[in-house]
Amino acid sequence: MNTHSFTLQSTHLIARPSGALFVPECATLVVSDLHLGKSDRIARRTGILVPPFENRDTLLRLETEIDATGAETVICLGDSFDDLAAGQSLDEEETLWLARLQAGRDWIWVEGNHDPGPLDLGGSHRTEVALAALTFRHIAQIGAIGEVSGHYHPKHRLGGQSRSAFLYDKDRLILPAFGTYTGGLWSDAPPLKTLFQGPFVAVLTGRKAIAVPVL
Amino acid sequence: MASGCTFALMTKLPPAFETWFTARGWSPHPHQIAMVEKSQAKALLMIAPTGGGKTLSGFLPSLIELAEGTHQGLHTLYISPLKALAADIKRNLLKPVEEMNLPIRIEDRTGDTSHTAKRRQRADPPHILLTTPESLALLISYEDAPRIFAGLQRVIVDEIHALSESKRGDQLMLALSRLERLAPDLRRVGLSATVEAPEQLAKELAAAPAPCEILFADPGPEPDISMLVTETPPPWAGGGAKYAIPAVLQEVKRHKTTLIFHNTRAQAEIFFHNLWLANEDNLPIGIHHGSLSREQRETVETAMTQGRLRAIVCTGSLDLGIDWGDVDLVIQIGAPKNVKRLVQRIGRANHRYNAPSKALLVPANRFEVVECVAALEAARAHDLDGEPKGSGPLDVLCQHILICACAGPFDPAALFDEIRTTGAYRNLSRAAFDDCLDFVATGGYALRAYDKWKRLIERKDGLWQLRDPRTARNIRMNIGTIQDTDTLKVRMRGAGRPLGEIEEGFASTLTAGDTFLIGGQIVRYEGLRELTVEVSRSASKTPKVATFNGTKFATSTRLSKRILAILNADAWPNLPRHTAEWLALQREVSTMPQSGHLLAETFPFEGRHHLCLYGFAGRNAQQTLALLVTRRMETLGLDPLGFVATDYATLIWGLNEVTTPEFLLEPDLLRDDLEQWLSGNAVMKRTFRAAATIAGLIQRNSPQAKKSGRQATFSSDILYDTLVKYDPDHLMLRITRTEAMRGLVDFGRIEEMLSRTHGRIEHRRLLRPSPLAAPLFLEVGKIPIFGAARERLLEDEAERLIASVGLAP
Repeated sequence: MNTHSFTLQSTHLIARPSGALFVPECATLVVSDLHLGKSDRIARRTGILVPPFENRDTLLRLETEIDATGAETVICLGDSFDDLAAGQSLDEEETLWLARLQAGRDWIWVEGNHDPGPLDLGGSHRTEVALAALTFRHIAQIGAIGEVSGHYHPKHRLGGQSRSAFLYDKDRLILPAFGTYTGGLWSDAPPLKTLFQGPFVAVLTGRKAIAVPVL
Repeated sequence: MASGCTFALMTKLPPAFETWFTARGWSPHPHQIAMVEKSQAKALLMIAPTGGGKTLSGFLPSLIELAEGTHQGLHTLYISPLKALAADIKRNLLKPVEEMNLPIRIEDRTGDTSHTAKRRQRADPPHILLTTPESLALLISYEDAPRIFAGLQRVIVDEIHALSESKRGDQLMLALSRLERLAPDLRRVGLSATVEAPEQLAKELAAAPAPCEILFADPGPEPDISMLVTETPPPWAGGGAKYAIPAVLQEVKRHKTTLIFHNTRAQAEIFFHNLWLANEDNLPIGIHHGSLSREQRETVETAMTQGRLRAIVCTGSLDLGIDWGDVDLVIQIGAPKNVKRLVQRIGRANHRYNAPSKALLVPANRFEVVECVAALEAARAHDLDGEPKGSGPLDVLCQHILICACAGPFDPAALFDEIRTTGAYRNLSRAAFDDCLDFVATGGYALRAYDKWKRLIERKDGLWQLRDPRTARNIRMNIGTIQDTDTLKVRMRGAGRPLGEIEEGFASTLTAGDTFLIGGQIVRYEGLRELTVEVSRSASKTPKVATFNGTKFATSTRLSKRILAILNADAWPNLPRHTAEWLALQREVSTMPQSGHLLAETFPFEGRHHLCLYGFAGRNAQQTLALLVTRRMETLGLDPLGFVATDYATLIWGLNEVTTPEFLLEPDLLRDDLEQWLSGNAVMKRTFRAAATIAGLIQRNSPQAKKSGRQATFSSDILYDTLVKYDPDHLMLRITRTEAMRGLVDFGRIEEMLSRTHGRIEHRRLLRPSPLAAPLFLEVGKIPIFGAARERLLEDEAERLIASVGLAP
């Protein structure tokens, strides 16, 4: 298996090598920090024109994950769009593609700090979602139990390489960023250190999800 | 500045100048007079050895013209590659100006100049402005550039040979094409050290297609240059030359001041360390290289100019013409790899114009004995090397278009014509220019995007301008072509004193407790703290080898040819006996590599099969060859395990014997493999990052940078991967491929080798390593091949970790 299975508050979870999370008992796929429209926002604000292919790349990888898991529900765990104008910058092809992915399944946009509020793109908008014994929200709250969040784009070093990574302990799980144009925050950076004070596990993404203990 | 009065005056200088020279007991050099005589030339290149009063010769015409006191505003622009050089020159120039009481205002303008001074200089330019290519590029980006440069008469480009070797030279020459339009009477002067192809340099300097006259100063007496012969023969491999330390110390004692040049910073560090371990007399010896902190370098520079150091261990950072005082010996450790660089380094000894420079070459290993002898022959024959330069790089052109856009709306056709007056871009096609313009304006992507947010827009009157004038600030903050590789500062824990910098890549290989050398001391890696490497003092004697910034020069094509010629001599009376015997044994056991064929030896050793390819293509190309050949070996099931590459050969080892090396070296297959291999290669990503930064696709500096959290920035590798996937023919990828071919990948040298050998492969099956192959086993820098095993290594590491904490996987 290329995935990594584990439990959080007795809910069975699967960390996929793509950085997506699958919750088998409710056939739900969770992805965080898509940052759609990033190139558009960079162009608008700085004048720099980076390759404008990140939306289709992110959507393509998301489609692959939906097909592979047969997800009935998709949760986008916040910062799905880089900002309001970025959300409106999706071209027709990309908007249709998104609609196609949404067809026949529940689609939930969890609000993140970048998100502009409800967009005219289908799906429901929520500040957080409770599912099984877990709470899904964008930014982790100190002291929360059974919480799944995103926001920090964690990454971890192993054997001289660095990969974006899931981080979890017995109480919480933080997802890596799924969007193509995203960077990362080291797993030992201050805000993550505050959230994970005891030992935790980092699951590196890549060709295969690789779990390592961090003490 | 103008010592050594042996020449008679040929032309009369203005009386004030003559009096000044005479009062000092000096008379001008003939080439200084010649510069005054030819001061009206539109373009003039002067080739003079170090210490020949070259810089004064460049300024003399300006001082004479300005002495009348009638010129208003900027008259002469002086450009040097180093900030320090500009400051140095200002001091030296002020002397004659003050002593002759000339009405001339001289100022410098570099990254270190204060904002107030810079603003004032724009409003009221001095007569003579001393600056760097980057500061000039910034100046021409201002809307008021036409006013600043209106009366400009002369541009002096100092150390033009050094600038010409990098993109800084291309950027500078593009800036000159703009100046030429702002000040059509402009005269250009280039000052250069000895180079192999002055005509090429002259073409780069002049406004194309105009000619450029070349003046040659008297090169002075022949240098006294020889190889250091020690009682202990050099070792079979390695680059440290530790064996020569007692002999080097003897030479330091015998001379007043010695410069000890090394090819890499790491080698300089190691040598310096060992030198001090053997320095029983406590001779004052310092170290200077580009990775050291500015404070440390300045301390050494000051001690040097005050004559307080007996020797200084250094790298190319000392190559440029700052006056270091009384150096009477130059020692080059390791084969010089490039004769031109050797000759320029030797020029650093004996700044007195008419005394011969003295230099010693120290081969670091047995093969370098041959290289050193070849370099000595070449230097004596004045056979300098240099790879022919390609046409002007397009990433620099993209930046130039951005700079021009900052200065105001422009007409593309006029800009194209202006750019074609730059020597390096004289053959630029309109299509290539339009590609660059499109890239700058719209991103130039296959997918039409950014309709709303173009960087440049075309106005109704046909002129192009920035869509948002506020973006000019971003562009100006990112002017320049110097790539600071991602380096991290190194500090002593607690003390906070910066020791220098190391490459991020090197830092990431360190774990707590590792030791490495920096600034001549061994330090212990403690950890990373907010982009600073924290270290503590270490008592250990042997550091983990410092590989940071190991610019490994490849032996030049010309020098490789000479080496092959020496190897194929009938006998070697000029070589030390140990080396001659070694070569004779190679001839007996195997055969000597020749320029007309590629020698491939195969032999078993310690349970592995080995293949040794003597391509003599230089280190980078030999490494590329290894990567291509091992890729092919993988697909053929030959299970390669690793390789090592040097300037002359590549040694590959694996589980199976290579019986027909011809299959591995088929030129067309090699070229196909190259394409395949390149796209996923780290070298390409590095090259891409450099080109994309210069072209303005990636910002090094931005006003927003500090505010945004770190997770908001993503790596340039992602941009590269995305382009490869969705827009493989994009301009940035084309630039990247071109650059990599002549840079780190150096496939051009492989092509050269293939055409020289006409596909003739001389295969020798041996029972054991040949004499020439044996040293390769001792080389450091062996590279393991991961193949499909890369992910597995990660998994193994993870399993080991999991097992170590007692968890089940």
